[in-house]
Amino acid sequence: MILLWYILIPAVAAPLAWLLARSRPQAARWVAVAGTALPLALVTWQWVSQAGALRAAFAAHGPGVAGLVQGTWLADVQAAWISPLGISFFLAEDGLTLIMLVLTFAMGLLAVLASWRGIQERVGFFHFMILWSVAALAGVFLSLDLFLFYFFFEMMLIPMYFVIALWGHERRVYAAVKFFIFTQASGLLMLIAILALYFIHGRATGTYTFDFTQLLGTEMPSATAFLLMLGFFVAFAVKLPVFPLHTWLPDAHTEAPTAGSVILAGVLIKIGAYGMIRFMVPLFPQAVYDFRTVGMILAVIGIIYGAVMAYAQRDLKRLVAYTSVSHMGFVLLGIFAWNTLALQGVVLQIVCHALSTGALFILVGTLEDRIHTRDMAKMGGLWAVAPRMGGTAMFFALASLGLPGLGNFVAEFLILVGAWQASKWAAVLGAVGLVFATVYALWMMQRAFQGEETHALRFDDLVPRETGMYAALVAALVVLGFYPQPLITTARQTVTSVQQITAGSRLSPQAAHAPQVRILADGAPPGATVADDATTDGKR
Amino acid sequence: MAAVSLDHGLILAAILFVIGFVGLLTRRNLIVVLACIEIMLNAAGLAFVVAGARWGRPDGQVMFLFVLAMAAAEVAVGLALAIRFQQSLGRLDVDDADEMKG
Amino acid sequence: MLQLLWVVPALPAAGFVLLALLNRRLSRRAAALIGAGSVGLSAVVAILVAASFITSPPPGEAYRQVLWTWFDTGGLAPQIAFYLDAMSVIFILVITVVGFLIHLYSTEFMERDEGFTRFFIYMNLFVASMLVLVLADNLLLLYLGWEGVGLCSYLLISFWQRDLQSVYAGRKAFIVTRVGDTALIVGLFLLFTQLHTLEIQPLMAGAAKEWAAGSGFAVAAAALLLGGAVGKSAQLPLQTWLPDAMAGPTPVSALIHAATMVTAGVYLIARTNVLYTLAPDVRLAVAIVGTVTLLYACFSALAQHDIKRVLAYSTMSQIGYMFLALGVAGWSAAIFHFMTHAFFKALLFLAAGVVIEALGGEHDIFKMGGLRRKLPAAFWAFVIGAASLSAMPLVTSGFYSKDLIIETSLGAVDGNAWLWLGALAGSLLTSVYAFRVVFVVFFGDPQTPVTRRPRWRMLLPLYVLSALSVIGGFVWLPQWMGGFHPLEDFLDTALPVTQRVAGSFAYTGVSALLTSLVTVIGVALATVWLVESRAALKDVAARPTPHAVQDFWLHGWGFDWLYEHVFVLPVKWFARVARDDLVEPAFSGLAWLNVQAWRALSASQNGLLRVYIGVAGVGLAVIVAFVVLR
Repeated sequence: MILLWYILIPAVAAPLAWLLARSRPQAARWVAVAGTALPLALVTWQWVSQAGALRAAFAAHGPGVAGLVQGTWLADVQAAWISPLGISFFLAEDGLTLIMLVLTFAMGLLAVLASWRGIQERVGFFHFMILWSVAALAGVFLSLDLFLFYFFFEMMLIPMYFVIALWGHERRVYAAVKFFIFTQASGLLMLIAILALYFIHGRATGTYTFDFTQLLGTEMPSATAFLLMLGFFVAFAVKLPVFPLHTWLPDAHTEAPTAGSVILAGVLIKIGAYGMIRFMVPLFPQAVYDFRTVGMILAVIGIIYGAVMAYAQRDLKRLVAYTSVSHMGFVLLGIFAWNTLALQGVVLQIVCHALSTGALFILVGTLEDRIHTRDMAKMGGLWAVAPRMGGTAMFFALASLGLPGLGNFVAEFLILVGAWQASKWAAVLGAVGLVFATVYALWMMQRAFQGEETHALRFDDLVPRETGMYAALVAALVVLGFYPQPLITTARQTVTSVQQITAGSRLSPQAAHAPQVRILADGAPPGATVADDATTDGKR
Repeated sequence: MAAVSLDHGLILAAILFVIGFVGLLTRRNLIVVLACIEIMLNAAGLAFVVAGARWGRPDGQVMFLFVLAMAAAEVAVGLALAIRFQQSLGRLDVDDADEMKG
Repeated sequence: MLQLLWVVPALPAAGFVLLALLNRRLSRRAAALIGAGSVGLSAVVAILVAASFITSPPPGEAYRQVLWTWFDTGGLAPQIAFYLDAMSVIFILVITVVGFLIHLYSTEFMERDEGFTRFFIYMNLFVASMLVLVLADNLLLLYLGWEGVGLCSYLLISFWQRDLQSVYAGRKAFIVTRVGDTALIVGLFLLFTQLHTLEIQPLMAGAAKEWAAGSGFAVAAAALLLGGAVGKSAQLPLQTWLPDAMAGPTPVSALIHAATMVTAGVYLIARTNVLYTLAPDVRLAVAIVGTVTLLYACFSALAQHDIKRVLAYSTMSQIGYMFLALGVAGWSAAIFHFMTHAFFKALLFLAAGVVIEALGGEHDIFKMGGLRRKLPAAFWAFVIGAASLSAMPLVTSGFYSKDLIIETSLGAVDGNAWLWLGALAGSLLTSVYAFRVVFVVFFGDPQTPVTRRPRWRMLLPLYVLSALSVIGGFVWLPQWMGGFHPLEDFLDTALPVTQRVAGSFAYTGVSALLTSLVTVIGVALATVWLVESRAALKDVAARPTPHAVQDFWLHGWGFDWLYEHVFVLPVKWFARVARDDLVEPAFSGLAWLNVQAWRALSASQNGLLRVYIGVAGVGLAVIVAFVVLR
């Protein structure tokens, strides 16, 4: 039941904020804070109380046996919705979902706080949009019914479109439309793939259903599987984003208001990674394996190209936007490597990137509010004018380049060492990407904050409220840098189980010796089924 | 009197229809357009009559009566529209009514 | 006592945190107290720990202290743990003691700077990172320290942020060393994947057990780690950042770019010596890199006129000696030279700092002169340092360590005559360039007036380091002087014993005589600068060939130009060309196509009734014909 609250609380707070704002605009802000802080508190409580269960679930089932068997969800909600079409209202939560939910609500709260002074027009409607997108995001992470997943996936586009188009910067409409079309078009391809899967499964087994746990292991010829995998891949590739489908991101991130950028970079693009881990690879491991070389090439191109593009930008916010492309290249690399080390790195990178890039966007946003420009040519020597801001920017720039001692390093190292086991050259090129990351990060610092002041800009340094917020993010990144174990333990069940699902395919050959776990809907215990069916597509 | 053969009648109807249609496409005066429509309607009616004669049934001629009545009504409305047309656009050139272009 | 090991890095780390949090609220005095005090206390604890280690060594001659497990997943479970053996003892002593002296010096040197507290924040972070680096018991933690010192190096080189030259130099340092770090991290991938651990001792044991000598894995791993070491230690081909790094404050150059950070590469290779023993070709490469670099740096140092750049190239050259020693399996000899080098190089830099400050920021040696009466402390310090650097026989620590390396380059089982000759030639050149500076700066006519004199906080470190530069070598006397070598015995508990060719010429007194002779000849050659007038020298230098050669050496043999044109400019060009995103035209092309199609379709909607009817009619006819004729 708690899962419903995660969606309902922001969903109800949304229109409430809008209505209340008609009389008192400030009320909208507080409602928004409640609408995100409350589910954040709830999910944190759930995390802490389930910590033991998370460790135990892993221990009881052991590394070789954990699977998506009914009952190992931390929580789930299943209700019939449109039964004649096989659509159910199926929400479920495991370790990865929990982490994503914490991230969603935390980023949502951060976005609301970051817009406290920035957004002054149509305050109610703004918070309506933010809360609506938070609710939709929660829905995306919780859905296990493919139709429901698609429903929330498309639903989150609309509020984000409005946020960019109404409160953004100079080219906001262009950016918003571009964002919408890219995501929508790729989403349609995914819809076709979902429907195809639905029909194939229905014809083969007689049950027409959108339930993911039942769709796993559908038999189909490998060519079909490849096409369907591509359908999913395109949708998630646009979201992540993957070169060459990334061009919406710099525009969207740059033109969006700070809160929009924070949610975009912090959560929205992670849906790409989540979708691949949760859906794409478990459904089509063989096809993913066939696609692996291309995927890794794209990932490495993304890492290096994103970094070089970041270095090339004159607009400070656009620079930060391209760093997202580069970091998500690491994520894609880790996903295609598909082993424990890489996947844990992916989860950690998701969290740490959200924290560091979110902070950078907020910082750039506050800088822009103060000096009314994002053009780096007009900056220079700002450290002397605002030393606290300079120091903060330096810290997050270092996080961006993967300095050890901060969470981003552990994440990138895990990804690379996992990738090495899959493809040595990809790991080497990814490591080379770290050099380029250094180039853009230090260039950013030099151009904006160091050197002589060639302008007459004078503005306030960070106030205590802002410093406090950054301090929290700094502390989080340092703690994750030296002790990321809680996150790792939480994600461990998911990481193991998704590998288990793909066991036996060429993607995870090493797990082939473990007993095959057939996904059951009726709660029968694992190991009670026949182990000889090839549960993976096209393998027979 | 010898019956008119079906083929000849239909050919005549077709010729009349095409004359009306081509006239409709090429003439720009609204009244002439209405007249062309009349020609087309009459051609269709002729086709009906000839067909009825072929099968020896009165249905063809009954249809022609319907066509006639409909044509009269349509001309009435059409001429009223023509008057409004003339009043708002100044002349009866069909090509002047092009505001639905895109 | 050994349980206090974690306190040694923790104290500077705490200093860093405290200074960073309180930053603006601290007075200069308080900041200095915390900044220098934390390192001082750390030195005290380090001495206690070392004393305890030496007097009552733990079992296995090594002590391991685990703080917590960093993370644990997929078979990779590095811990935040410290490992103390003889080699780390030497390193932590040098880092903390020399570090403290330099911190003390800085409290006076930097006293007029606006970023005083910021300086100590970075310096403390540096000391903490360096200590983590040398105490790390696994390669990932070592990498953390490694990057940490790289970071602090960047922050401190670009300390005077308004000066874009400094900022650029800092960036260059960070980026060039990061190239080396890439090789290092790939080495970590390889090691972990093959040997399933990153803990150093199990790693070495595993490599020895599983990899045959000359096996591909050993060669690859050793080569990759060498790549990392070369970057951090400014050896060829990644040496271009070190001379520019002199843009930072002089204490920074003393601590980071002389005594400690640049020796991290030496530490790494010594620590992972098993890999190099298993890959003799790579070890030979280490020796060759060291020898070539030392010669390259000596020639470059001869042509410099910025006093700090001379010292920078000198450092590069001395680390070349250390690499040479490592390459011929003279592990302990390299560490010995590291220790003495820390003393005399820090001394030289601090003395140079006194001169620079005294002359109001002047770096050009040809604008100095006649300072030996005005700045006697600096003069004697510099002379002692230069003497030690040149390995002045018997009375300087540098003699014992450098002579040992020269001996080993010929007398070790892996030694050969070419390396020996290279080392000797380097020694000659070292004396020349070292005393060239001495004579130009401290003798002759004064060019710039002295405006500021050092006080006790800058003088005391000079005295201490001078003393150490003289007596520091007596812990390891050569064979022909008797067998007194406590340092060697101590280090042999941690590092493999160097295989020596028995009765080799290298170990005789004659060889040492030869080395000493070389040094003296070098000093004699350098007296050219003492004796000849500046004008005469300038005439010689102005002639085309000498001028071209000098220019070539002055600019580091053109490496900067090469790297600029091969790496930097192409990337910049690409960035400029692709700024608006290479892929974008594909999508805007799609959008353009869309617009064209829209225009075409719109044109068909011309609003003319007759056209519509005509099209409808034709279409109808086509359909009917189609249906009828099928």
